[in-house]
Amino acid sequence: MSSQGGWGSSKEFLDLVKSIGEAKSKAEEERIVAAEIEMLKRRIVEPDVPRKKMKEYIIRLVYVEMLGHDASFGYIQAVKMTHDDNLLLKRSGYLAVTLFLNEDHDLIILIVNTIQKDLKSDNYLVCCAALTAVCKLLNEETIPAVLPQVVELLAHPKELVRKKAVMALHRFHQRSPSSVSHLIPKFRQILCDKDPSVMSAALCALFDLVTADANAYRNLTTSFVSILKQVVEHRLSKLFDYHRTPAPFIQIKILKILALLGAGEKHTSENMYSVLAEVLKRSDAASNIGNAILYECICTITTIHASPRLLEVAAEITSRFLKSENHNYKYMGIDALGRVIKINPDFAEQHQLAVIDCLEDPDDTLKRKTLDLLYKMTKSSNVEVIVEHMISYMRTLNDAHNKTELASRVIELAERFAPSNQWFIQTMNQVFELAGDLVPPKVAHDLMRLLAEGAGEDDEEADSLLRSSAVESYLHVLGEPKLPSVLLQVICWVLGEYGTADGTHSADDIIGRLCDVAESHPGDITVKGYSITAITKICAFEISAGRQVDLIPECRTFIEDLLASHSTDLQQRAYELQAILALSPETVANILPMDASCEDIEVDRNLSFLNEFVESAAANGARSYMPENERSGMSTVVTGTHEQLESSAHALRFEAYEVPKPAAPPPIAAAPAALPFPDFEEQKPESSRSLRKQLAADREPDADSLNPEIVRLRLDGVQKKWGRYSQPQSSSTSTSSLDRRGDHGSDQVTQVGGGHREAVAASSIESGPVSELRQIERKKPQPEISTEKQRLAASLFGGPTASGRFSGSGGAKVSSRPGTVVQPAEKVLPPRPSSGGSKEKASDAGISKQIAAPSIPAPVDLLDMSDDNVPRVMTTAPGNDPFKQLEGLLEPVTTSSALPVPPQTASMDLMSLYDGNPAPSATGPVTTVPDLVSIAAPSSSSGASQSSTNGFPSLMDLGDLSASPFVELTGSVQGQASSKPMSQLKKGPSRQDSLQKDAASRHVGVTPTGTNPALFQDLFG
Amino acid sequence: MTIRFVLLVNKQGQTRLAQYYEYLTIDERRALEGEIVRKCLARSENQCSFVEHRNYKIIYRRYASLFFLVGVDGEENELAILEFIHCVVETMDRYFGNVCELDIMFHLEKAHFMLEEMVMNGCIVETNKVNILTPIQLMDKSS
Repeated sequence: MSSQGGWGSSKEFLDLVKSIGEAKSKAEEERIVAAEIEMLKRRIVEPDVPRKKMKEYIIRLVYVEMLGHDASFGYIQAVKMTHDDNLLLKRSGYLAVTLFLNEDHDLIILIVNTIQKDLKSDNYLVCCAALTAVCKLLNEETIPAVLPQVVELLAHPKELVRKKAVMALHRFHQRSPSSVSHLIPKFRQILCDKDPSVMSAALCALFDLVTADANAYRNLTTSFVSILKQVVEHRLSKLFDYHRTPAPFIQIKILKILALLGAGEKHTSENMYSVLAEVLKRSDAASNIGNAILYECICTITTIHASPRLLEVAAEITSRFLKSENHNYKYMGIDALGRVIKINPDFAEQHQLAVIDCLEDPDDTLKRKTLDLLYKMTKSSNVEVIVEHMISYMRTLNDAHNKTELASRVIELAERFAPSNQWFIQTMNQVFELAGDLVPPKVAHDLMRLLAEGAGEDDEEADSLLRSSAVESYLHVLGEPKLPSVLLQVICWVLGEYGTADGTHSADDIIGRLCDVAESHPGDITVKGYSITAITKICAFEISAGRQVDLIPECRTFIEDLLASHSTDLQQRAYELQAILALSPETVANILPMDASCEDIEVDRNLSFLNEFVESAAANGARSYMPENERSGMSTVVTGTHEQLESSAHALRFEAYEVPKPAAPPPIAAAPAALPFPDFEEQKPESSRSLRKQLAADREPDADSLNPEIVRLRLDGVQKKWGRYSQPQSSSTSTSSLDRRGDHGSDQVTQVGGGHREAVAASSIESGPVSELRQIERKKPQPEISTEKQRLAASLFGGPTASGRFSGSGGAKVSSRPGTVVQPAEKVLPPRPSSGGSKEKASDAGISKQIAAPSIPAPVDLLDMSDDNVPRVMTTAPGNDPFKQLEGLLEPVTTSSALPVPPQTASMDLMSLYDGNPAPSATGPVTTVPDLVSIAAPSSSSGASQSSTNGFPSLMDLGDLSASPFVELTGSVQGQASSKPMSQLKKGPSRQDSLQKDAASRHVGVTPTGTNPALFQDLFG
Repeated sequence: MTIRFVLLVNKQGQTRLAQYYEYLTIDERRALEGEIVRKCLARSENQCSFVEHRNYKIIYRRYASLFFLVGVDGEENELAILEFIHCVVETMDRYFGNVCELDIMFHLEKAHFMLEEMVMNGCIVETNKVNILTPIQLMDKSS
């Protein structure tokens, strides 16, 4: 048919298409489309547009949208077109609607009715048109409207309709699994349809189902195997051939399913070996499609339980791919190699050269694929080479997505396999330079931590060498014009901490550079903060060394700028610096000791240094402190608490505050207004914050004693350290702490001496960068917790987790040749270290929550700064406060703290709650609290229901098999049917068993109390 | 293993057919098409026919002035998709008889119908050309 012909297309349409086709530039195309839109807007609303004409308009609307312009003005016309009786017009209408609308569009509701009608049509082509639309237009809410009709069509005499109905169900399953969960057995049934097309449609759905739960479908393995066998043996109609290969896409689909079914299952896999061999034998290695099947075979063979013979063939094919001149085959070869070496790592060596060729190929795709492969192959022995290649590739990239991904890989490899700290620092510098602000801040913190901790506690010399070299390299790097903020933060911190440590650089020198940094980045508050804090530290070191500090003029201007800064954070830092300059050397040495970033900070848990102040305030008639949660209750409606307060507090009362507020305001904001002594009140956020610190500090020595073996570098704890302070903070807290310092700061300093440092640290915890720096100073305790976590992670996930991390660098200390030490260290690592790492992180997160958890209820004890507070807390937490009850619902922590259970129990509960794991309720040695039971319950009940749905319905379908006329394909399935009921019956309960077993094993894993009770007593006791 | 979109683009980078199997707004489509086309058109004949872009893998094949691009996600068999493209072209060829860019432009809906028969929910459901074309030919006859 002639290309210009078109059935009844008007001249206008032909002209439009031609002019679009001949448009020489994007601009010209835009002009044409803009004119077209104007024209269509007018024409489409004209009365009595002939239907054929209207269809043409709608196709023109499709053009408009395809070329990137909005055609929403015509959507309604497309919707109307679906009502048309003419099949072509109807289907065009459906097509336009599926192209225009997403499933949540308002207009869809107008189509559902039409679809319902069309699904009932006598004309099977109308049914098909409607089913095609169903696949794209319906969402969770509209699915039920058509579901019964679609199910009916599964039995339609026309295979085309059946196929589309299966795909519609597949779509429903994707969109809303629950809506079709009762129909899942249908898919098994359809697998035996007499028509190969319908069967192949069922494969799509079964692939999804098997991906979700392979166990439930393992009994279909023989069916899949037999279908594949028949396809390979060319028993399907020749019409399904593609280039003389029988139904290749069906073959590939089944191979994918077999891979999922056979993974880790020896017996199931053995059933597949012969058919896989057959597929390998019959596939034509000279054609693309044959190779596509061969590649899929490799994927399957390397995923299922390995057969040495098949693996050999897979390796052979991989070699052929790699040696091919065709880039597509090389690409597939690299991918296949990555799969084969997962099972047989030695296989890589034969192909080193081919891999290097691909790596150096100008083809970007191939290069990237090869880097993927290398990433998987990285060991301590080759990390330097691989990272070097990655970094040089990173230089050529300019899109953020790829760069971020590559940077994270480099960082991961460097952290895991770094041969030396020197190398690690250099690598990180390069990553920062290239990927800049795409690097997550955690990496910067890890780097700072590495520098602070050094290689180990016993080798001070090496550490200071490392630091000196870092200082040198950073002073050098500072010369470069454009540096990312994260790197600048690291540089500032390192210069502040170690800039003057080895004596090669004078304080003025370093301070000058730091001022330059801040000056050249006027917009970056974080960098400025790091910079001023670094200057503070240098000054402090100078003062405590007994030298006179005479700030250079540049620095003075800088400080003055900051004193007037809009950022309260910067202001505070500047004031701190000023305050420190005025202090005596002894005090300063206490506040900011030299190289103390790893030192533990002793925290006065009871804030006893405040007692005097509290007592005098109380003597002057101040009301005793009331915990935050009660206060918010009081400010609303709680009369009970109120009366108690009246009786317990001898304070003056201002009537104005008694008026009940309509809604509970945020407690912190409300505090100053709601209480007569704002001064006193402002202590609260600070004390609760420092309490968290205290909890941490209290725990740490214990943890330390538990883990005497830690001498390695530990980068892994850092992340959690920042995580701990992630509680929601309001800006008002930092300002209030600032104010407080303005009021009381000076006398505290003189009164308590060393206490000042704690106060500073506590008050600035919320304030971003300072806190980060300060936290580094409190770093030493953290690693102990992190090993704690490692241990827990190991017990949770049963793997060596991060213990292998940095083993390479540990080895590098012994020998300068990394290659020699590395191999044994390698063995320590889990087979897939990346997943181990992520799990460990997951458990990190869990633990950090656990740690945070007890600290939330704890302020209840403490906020009332007097000693006899505990009983009062118990009584003043009545259960009838509606707001408290609400809190209890939202925040189990509060509830459990109010329960009259021993603290030990409470902390256990918290753990389990935060873990989202019902473990302790079953095995923990503590009393069971109702919350836990409710958490545990759903999991078991869902297990039961699953097993019932999976077990029995399938029995029924198998009964239908004998009725299937598609004998050729189903012969073996039928044969199986008789034997299946038995296996099915076994299947049901065993599935439940396995679920229970799974749950039980999780219980055991997560109950640390069972394995190490003392440990958790330490943590929470 | 799903197909996320099928694109036909000529060598000037103008879109000739676009079918998405997940919803993107017009602006997102426009941006995506621009980026992909720029990437693919810059590649030479003997480089491999696969390109990674964002989280898509794009498999493309050129026929005269027309590029066929298929975007897939992670675990897809690239070579198979490459052959699937060819299968699409063969099908169009059988229907239009020596298909060219203008055929697809003049009969955009027919090209879409063929794709609708071959790919549903992002899965390849039909490669049997008789099965693909029969409903379309019947429809032509009836109207």
